[in-house]
Amino acid sequence: MPNAHEAGIFKRQRRRILLAAILLVLPFAVDGILGRGWLRIVDFAMLYIMLALGLNIVVGYAGLLDLGYIAFFAVGAYCYALSASPHLALAFPQLFPDGVHLSFLIVLPAAALLAGGMGVLLGAPTLKLRGDYLAIVTLGFGEIIRIFMNNLNAPVNLTNGPQGISRIDPISIAGLSLNATQRIFGITLPSVHLYFYLFLCFAGLVVFVSQRLEKSRIGRAWMAIREDEIAASAMGINTRNLKLLAFAMGAASGGISGTLFAGFQGFVSPESFSLMESVMVLCMVVLGGMGHIYGVILGGLLLALLPELLRHSVLPMQQALFGKTIIDPESLRMLLFGIALILVMLYRPAGLWPSRVRRRELSSDERPDETA
Amino acid sequence: MKLLELSGIGKRFGGLNALTDVSLHIGRGEIYGLIGPNGAGKTTLFNVITGLYQPDSGEFNFNGKRYRAAKPHVLAGAGIARTFQNIRLFANLTALENVMIGRHVRTRSGVMGSIMNSRAMRLEEKACRDKAGELLNLVGLKKPHQTLAKNLSYGEQRRLEIARALAMEPLLLALDEPAAGMNATETENLKELIEGIRNAGITVLLIEHDVKLIMGLCDRVAVLDYGRKIAEGVPDEVRNDPQVISAYLGVDGE
Ligand SMILES: Nc1ncnc2c1ncn2[C@@H]1O[C@H](COP(=O)(O)OP(=O)(O)OP(=O)(O)O)[C@@H](O)[C@H]1O
Ligand SMILES: [Mg+2]
Repeated sequence: MPNAHEAGIFKRQRRRILLAAILLVLPFAVDGILGRGWLRIVDFAMLYIMLALGLNIVVGYAGLLDLGYIAFFAVGAYCYALSASPHLALAFPQLFPDGVHLSFLIVLPAAALLAGGMGVLLGAPTLKLRGDYLAIVTLGFGEIIRIFMNNLNAPVNLTNGPQGISRIDPISIAGLSLNATQRIFGITLPSVHLYFYLFLCFAGLVVFVSQRLEKSRIGRAWMAIREDEIAASAMGINTRNLKLLAFAMGAASGGISGTLFAGFQGFVSPESFSLMESVMVLCMVVLGGMGHIYGVILGGLLLALLPELLRHSVLPMQQALFGKTIIDPESLRMLLFGIALILVMLYRPAGLWPSRVRRRELSSDERPDETA
Repeated sequence: MKLLELSGIGKRFGGLNALTDVSLHIGRGEIYGLIGPNGAGKTTLFNVITGLYQPDSGEFNFNGKRYRAAKPHVLAGAGIARTFQNIRLFANLTALENVMIGRHVRTRSGVMGSIMNSRAMRLEEKACRDKAGELLNLVGLKKPHQTLAKNLSYGEQRRLEIARALAMEPLLLALDEPAAGMNATETENLKELIEGIRNAGITVLLIEHDVKLIMGLCDRVAVLDYGRKIAEGVPDEVRNDPQVISAYLGVDGE
């Protein structure tokens, strides 16, 4: 038994090293084989994965259906956009003649905290709501934030309304701008590569935190609330505090992702934070496997890459076959998306990649106890 | 010495008086039975003392503290654990996880400790897991501890609920019809289990329709009818009480 155990640890270690190696060379492989445009897409996919993992804490662990999650992404994005761009010079020319240009490393934790605080703010009035009702209120919250961003250009131009904020400072860490090609340890790293590694670090952090929490007393308490809130409270779980904690942690992760998004794209506008985006992130969680980190990553990756795959395959195919575009890839995306969702819900209701316990339960009931 | 003392508890649902002026007390180390016809208000009384319902009148004393409108998690922390008449397990979690969640009030690890995987947290986690395993063995769960709660049989689920409640290390264990749906051998095992729990120093409050079980186990019994306590005493006394007989037979059903 100890030998088998050690072998298991060894195997897991080897798998981890392999995974790390793959992730390290991935940008070079994507860049070399598919081109730089695809690496940019992969970078965006990483942001979506972070979002999905954050929402997974709220929906997957604590079972709180949140349809306004993208609002926290918006909070993070606008946080960075306002504190690292010339924009505020418009509203307060005396105060900030050149706008505000704070360092990314200062804005990031502040944005995470602010988004987390917003999470609590949203959570507090919804504590007594469940399921559909909670979904409706959170949906409203998401829209409120977006509409604020859309309309806060008068009387003081805070957000520049629908035009959004542009000329956002690129992320730079310790004097190293991520928007330029850099040479590190003799390796030439173009900007998209640098952003990939940065996003990888933060996605890794979110995965790490999720994993640790999932297997902890806190994670179990969340799942207890998800399964049966009344029984959970009778077990001595302070459901109010733990729900707020889930909202805050999920929101903070969304805020971090938003900050990275603003720095990477250099431009933000309310359009990026529509209800459809919230639904998309929720679909990533549900489709991948609610409550299962790897499943959620898979869901995020698939749904973030799908529209690009379609754009790159459907258009040329139609051009070659009919000589013109008959179906626009955007509407095809929604169609395929709907079909995929229905199929998954019918045949794999727990998601494409559900967690081990559930799979084991499906395969067999009679297995020796492995708790020892 | 009294562990729990109810005074003048009343609870209304609209026009229905589910509980009217109920007063009783339970001594430390007792097995106290609560019986009465369907709809008499037994479960409602459980819900009041576990904080799921706020009483409209009256208050109760538990372990020297007064409570009127306390939150469930506060009462759980104070030492009241319960099972539910219509089983409320965490269905999609394993049996072991269910019991580990019962340890929530007796463990401390927070967010930071969990993320850092601190030594204290690892030790606590291991102790929690071991204790949960022990409790599952104590209640006699034969299935693998990794079985999902929803895949257990009815009797196993009832026992899992008891294990989960025991994990809270309660002073008072409140069991709402634990023998419902059990066969004769299971009920016999349950009886031994409850006796064992009492011998471990835990006070037991028991709702049960199985008269034999109540008579064989309880030190004292209270009878509820239409939300009122109509009798209280040692089992034999209560059994021969004319008011109780009429309540059950519905002779003078008022
Ligand atoms: N949440 C509620 N809302 C409205 N009425 C309720 C509620 N809970 C209980 N009641 C009513 O209060 C009365 C007492 O119910 P309770 O469940 O306490 O009875 P009981 O003694 O546990 O009965 P049983 O033996 O059937 O479990 C019943 O008439 C029931 O319909
Ligand atoms: Mg009842």
